[in-house]
Amino acid sequence: MDKGRRLVLAAGVAGVAAVAGGTLAFAQPKPRVVKIRAKRFTYTPSTVNLKKGQPVTFEMTTEDIVMGLNIPDFNVRSDIVPGKTMKMTFTPDKTGTFTFLCDIFCGEGHETMSGTLVVT
Amino acid sequence: MTMDRRTFLQLAALGGGAVFASGLAGGAPMTPGAPYDDFYFVQLSDSHWGFNGPAVNPDATGTLPKAVAAVNALPEKPDFIMFTGDLTHTTDNPVERRKRLAEFKEIVSKLDVKTVRFMPGEHDASLDNGKAFIEFFGPTHYTFDHKGVHFIVLDNVSDPAARIGDEQLAWLAGDLAKQPKDAKIVVFTHRPLFDLAPAWDWATRDGDKAIEMLMPFQNVTVFYGHIHQENHKVTGHIAHHSAKSLMFPLPAPMSQPKREPIKWDASQPYRGLGFREVEAEDKGTKFDIKELPVKA
Repeated sequence: MDKGRRLVLAAGVAGVAAVAGGTLAFAQPKPRVVKIRAKRFTYTPSTVNLKKGQPVTFEMTTEDIVMGLNIPDFNVRSDIVPGKTMKMTFTPDKTGTFTFLCDIFCGEGHETMSGTLVVT
Repeated sequence: MTMDRRTFLQLAALGGGAVFASGLAGGAPMTPGAPYDDFYFVQLSDSHWGFNGPAVNPDATGTLPKAVAAVNALPEKPDFIMFTGDLTHTTDNPVERRKRLAEFKEIVSKLDVKTVRFMPGEHDASLDNGKAFIEFFGPTHYTFDHKGVHFIVLDNVSDPAARIGDEQLAWLAGDLAKQPKDAKIVVFTHRPLFDLAPAWDWATRDGDKAIEMLMPFQNVTVFYGHIHQENHKVTGHIAHHSAKSLMFPLPAPMSQPKREPIKWDASQPYRGLGFREVEAEDKGTKFDIKELPVKA
């Protein structure tokens, strides 16, 4: 058995062990990072393009008060607290156009504070 | 013999002959002024006092007074009136918030009904956790009983994250523990307790916990506001009925990309606005809803 083949086999064994141990982390592609800035009553960017099956981490900040970012279609949400970078990782499992919105009442423009996810 | 209010009003409108005829047909005669067992209340909601948007409602300062006049003109006074939140439109300015609450209170003080109850919406309470509302109207969650029906007012807006919260849920559990399983229960909330349209923020984050607590009870009906339109939904055996607004209507859930107010139609002024009568029937186990418009 040549060295290269042994390495592939070793990686396969490690992969099986990782699955048996309940983690698939090594098999997952590294999440893409999308930075989102919240400000009453907008998100920047307001449209985010994602790929189905590709994990993504939203790194979210707010310039003023506590906000939320909720994506009901993917059952994920997070508070966005001033002075912190909040992280939320998920993997879109369907294609289409989806809404993300602020789910913490933040003032007169709260009802319009939303953005769009486009998953292809 | 008893009769419900509608029958009573119909007979009264028709006059004594009709009353007598009904008496012949039904047994004991019924006359105007005879007691009846059922009762009714009026639900008003989402008046958003302080809102300014002529394209949506060019009569922003006149709509609520018109609703007050319409309630006062009802042929028979309701047993009570319930305002299910968003009495005022939100503002960042605490002084302006109190000014709007005071103006609202002054206008509705003209309601010619002895008992008028209030609860907040997120526009009244979410930016200060209900502080100003409490100064004007008292507690944001409470119970009362009326003619054998137990009414529970739940606050799902003072927390800006749209939660009832563990403390209030514990209070609810304690209250329900005192009720028999066949109690007649009516719940008032501002937001829907169920996930009507989470993508439009038409939900309560822990509303499922309240519904779970209510499920063991046979007779539960929920009346709420927030979505500025009629909507009728049953979860399990619990019916949920949303009310129209007194400022602007909103589109049907998820019927368009954005939940933007429906613009004013000069050819049909006040379309989509209104209030409702709720008639308790069968000793509070059923509710007959009648929607009433606001008119010029």
